Order: sequence, then C-alpha cells, then structure tokens
Amino acid sequence: MELFTNQILAGIATGAIYACMALAVVMIYQAIDHLNFAQGEMAMFSTFISWQLMQWGIPYWGAFVLTLALSFAGGIAIERLLFKPLAKAPILTNVAGFIALFAIINSVAGLIWDFTIKQYPTPFGSHPFLGSQLISTHQAGMIGVTVVLLILLYFFFQFTRMGLAMRAAASLPESARLVGINTSWMIALGWGMAAAIGSIAGMMIAPVVFLEPNMMGGVLIYGFAAAVLGGLTSPLGAVIGGFLVGIFENLAGTYIPGAGNELKLPIALALIIVVLVVKPAGLFGRPIVKRV
Amino acid sequence: MSAIQESVTEAPVVEAVPKKAMTLGYGTSLVMLALLIAVPLFVKNFIIFQLTMLLIYAIAVLALNILTGGSGQFSLGQSAFYAVGAYTSAILMEHGGINYALTLPVAGIVCFGFGFLFGQPALRLSGVYLALATFALATAMPQLLKLGAFEYWTGGVQGLVVTKPDAPFGLPMGQDMWLYYFTLAISIAIYIFSVNLLKSRSGRAFMAIRDNEIAASAMGIDVALYKTLAFGVSAGITGVAGGLGAIAVQFVAPDSYTITLAISLFLGMVVGGVGWLPGSIVGSAFIIFVPNIAEGISKGLSGAVFGVLLFLVIFLVPHGARQGAIVAQHLIGKLRKN
Repeated sequence: MELFTNQILAGIATGAIYACMALAVVMIYQAIDHLNFAQGEMAMFSTFISWQLMQWGIPYWGAFVLTLALSFAGGIAIERLLFKPLAKAPILTNVAGFIALFAIINSVAGLIWDFTIKQYPTPFGSHPFLGSQLISTHQAGMIGVTVVLLILLYFFFQFTRMGLAMRAAASLPESARLVGINTSWMIALGWGMAAAIGSIAGMMIAPVVFLEPNMMGGVLIYGFAAAVLGGLTSPLGAVIGGFLVGIFENLAGTYIPGAGNELKLPIALALIIVVLVVKPAGLFGRPIVKRV
Repeated sequence: MSAIQESVTEAPVVEAVPKKAMTLGYGTSLVMLALLIAVPLFVKNFIIFQLTMLLIYAIAVLALNILTGGSGQFSLGQSAFYAVGAYTSAILMEHGGINYALTLPVAGIVCFGFGFLFGQPALRLSGVYLALATFALATAMPQLLKLGAFEYWTGGVQGLVVTKPDAPFGLPMGQDMWLYYFTLAISIAIYIFSVNLLKSRSGRAFMAIRDNEIAASAMGIDVALYKTLAFGVSAGITGVAGGLGAIAVQFVAPDSYTITLAISLFLGMVVGGVGWLPGSIVGSAFIIFVPNIAEGISKGLSGAVFGVLLFLVIFLVPHGARQGAIVAQHLIGKLRKN
C-alpha cells in the first residue's frame, strides 16, 4: 500500500510538469488552432537560459523570474516574426514551420551549451518532505509551484479585462474584433504566456531529467497526451489530463511487468491513440462541428 | 467556455493540383532518366552510394507525397514505416537467408499491413490530430525496436549487420554501382506505379477526399476505405524504401530511425512541392546534401541551417520545387516564342 501511495504522489509530481506542458500546448492551440511541436524545445531553451543566469551568479529565484520574463518576450517575438505571417497559410505550412523552429532551437542550444548532460539545481532540496518517506521536497515543490501557477492563471482569465479579452479572442475572434479587442496581439500574448508556462515546466523537471538539449522529448509527448486526454479546447481539461497522465505513467511503470522506462514512449503513444479513437474531443473538450 | 457550438469550415490541407501538373512531360522525363543512368559511370564509389541514398529517400518522399499531396492526410511518422521495412528486409536476409531482392516485396507488404492497421484509428482523425498521432508513433518507434522481447530477431540496441549483394550474372560492375542501378530500376517502377495510381479511379477518389471530404462521401466514395488505403500504400512504398536503405547502408539499428528521419522526409516533401511527384527527388537531394553543406558552414549548426532554409522555403517559395519548375517552363515557353 505504501508503494501504491508513493507512486500516486510521484505521479502527481510528474503530472504537474505534464500539466504545465499541456497547458502551454493548449494555450497556443486555442489561439491559432495549431499544435506547437516546438513547445518542448522552447522550454528547454528557457531552462538553459536560467542555468546560464545562475552560472553568472544570479540566485535561483532571481534567475527564475528573469527567465520567465525573457521566455515571455521570446514567445511574443517568435509569434510576431515567424507565425503571424503564416496565419492564413494551410496546416501543412504551419506544421513545417513548427518543425523548422524545433530544429533551429535544438541545434542552437547544442551549439551554445553543447550536448553534455548538466546538473540543474533545485531550490527545494531533495530531502524527504515533512519527514515522510513518500515524497521528496523537490516533488512537493513541483506540485506547489504548479498549483500556484494554476491559481494565478485562473484569476487572470476570470477576473481581469485582459483575461476576458483573451478568452473572447480565442472563442469568437470576429465578434471579439467587433467589440474592439486587438485579436492579433491577444494571439501574441497567448504565445508569450505559453512560452513562460513551458519554461516553468522546464525549470521544474530539469533537476529530475538533467539538463541537455534533448531533455524535453519525452516530456512533450506526455504533454501532448495530457492535452489530448483533457481535450485540446479546454485549459482546465489539459491540467487535469496532465495529472491523470502522470499518475497513469507511474502506475503502469510499477504494476505492468516489463513496462518500465524502456516502454515510456510507447505507453504515451498508446494513450494518445486510445483517447483519439475512443473520445476524440477529450474528457472536457467540445466536439468540433464541420460546416459543409 | 461558451454555449455556442463551434463550427469550422475547414480549409483544404493543400491546394487543389490539376492532374497534369503532378507529372513531368515526356521529354523532361527522358532527359532526367538519361542523366540518372549516365552519372554513376563518371563518379567515385562514395558518390554512387550517396546517389543510391538519394533515390531511396526520393522513394520515401514520394510515398509521403501520395499520402499528403494525393489524399490530403498528414504523417510525421514515416520513419516508423521506413524502420519496419528496413528491419523486415534485414531479418529476412540475415535470419532467413532469403535473397535481398525478394525481401523487398515482403517489406512492402508488411508495411502496407502495418500502415493499413495504423490508418484504421488514424482515419478518424484529421489535420493536427493525425500529425500528433504519427509524431508520437515516430518518437516511440526506436524504443519499440529496442524491446528485449524481440532482441533475438532485431539484435536490440546493437542492430543487425546486412551483407551487401554482388552484381548478378557476372556483370562487370562494383557492388555500389550494381546497387545503384538496382535501386534506380525499383524507383522508376514505383514512380510509374504512383503516377498511374493517382490517375486511376482510386487516385481520383484520394483527390476528391483531399479537396472536400464531405462532398467526396456525397459522391459515393467510401472515405474511410480510401483514406486507410492511401495510408497503407504510402506505408508500403516507404517500407520498400526502408528495405533498400537497409541493404545500401548494410546496417539497421533503432537509433537510425528516430523522429529526425521522419522530419527529414517531411521537409523533403515540402521542399519538393506537395503533390508534385517529380519534386520528390529534389526534396530528397535537399535532405541528403543540405546537412552536409550546413555542416561545412558550421559544425553542430546543421539543424539550425536546416530550419532556417525551411523557413525560407515556406516564406519565399511555398510550393517548393514545383514553383521553380513552373517558372522555368514559362521562361522556356517565352524563349521559344521569340
């Protein structure tokens, strides 16, 4: 029973990261109807920036906040420069654009910081949390940071004018434009926030998976799985999907024989396909109706 | 969020391409063919090997082109089918002792089946969802190939070494050159098959689905069947390319078939021009030679150069090599008039 509780808690901790990635993916999907295949690489790059800042002697939380700001600006810059001109292009062109971005970021990170694996510090330490053996302080910290982030986002979207404008721009762009919302900048803002949320995921998972240019590959796939499970049209769903996927991954790894780390990615694949076949809209998403 | 049902009028994935625009004229085809036959007589063995790989990737890009340009579906997972084809050939040759040429049809059939089965759930998905599912497939493939359960057959992480075939009937040519002509013959056969497939009733059904799925089903086309069929055919051709690749490289290992390969093939299609079959060879040349050039410019930066070039293609020549070909055609036409 202790093993079971332990695995559930560990699952919630990694699930927090998946929830962040899924949320980042969904934010961009809401804004432009495309999946950002470069989301993981963007997060990885942000994590490297925070690492570099710390190498230059900035304390952890200072680097954390600076990285958030830089990622936010970076996300907006990418949208303005590269994806705004592609807004009316077919899906294929957009997918190609994301793939190109993926290749560029991965290779530039490798060039600047090379491909050796680096230790990444955790501000929470890795002692047992509150004296219990079930969960480490870093895992508890991961959950804590995510929960704070989610609460802040909830308040932003529910109670600020800007949040309302972003929701309006995502759900009915034309009507939003008619009431005077600058929908184009709302999309850019969505990109910025997605980049910042992704960077949090990167900085939280880096002490676990270590810092290197390919660190986010598996995390992104699980983020996608979470987003699909929760429904690509629902930010809340993405978060719940993230936690569920994290728990599922840990339990499957523990109790299904032979399904350890070496089947990590096939499990995510199976999960994505099963959800898409059984319930394509996800748990909380709206089905999309096509007009002939 | 809102009570309003979201309704989407989905734009077609790729622009409609008239049938004639999908192929080259006879004259141009013959010139291309003559070039492909003549070139290996004048170059070194290593370049012949690269040309063989060029043809192999061209087949794989062509397969993706049938899927995307023909039926309007996406795949970021072609590397998975390529891997299955490569492993099928390698296992049949090394464990079964079967002649290399005979393993290729088997690889094609196995991949057709695999693609058809994967297409079953995939056909319910459209656009980004299909891209996502195939992306996950490509990412998961290396881990599946490394599984302990199949290690006896696949050689696990080590992979399998494949023996290179000699030229038959005592023909006076080296192994590399023989393999080149062998690959060329298969490429031509596949090219002709693809052109005819797209001209046939099935090809027209693919294109009807690509242009408007609902209208296609109203015309009595079995959308589900033809979508899975397109997936299967594309996977099958990719499998043959994979088998050839295994023979040419003489080695299969899980880490040769990562998402990077799938991305390369996808890029090849975009660069060559979606829906323009002859563009496949241009795209293939791009994915084989550009990384070399990029590494020449700066070691370790090849991915970035690759990405930047891709953005340039998207922004400047969104129809890839087809656009270049059309411009060239106009120029030649003008010259003739003068």
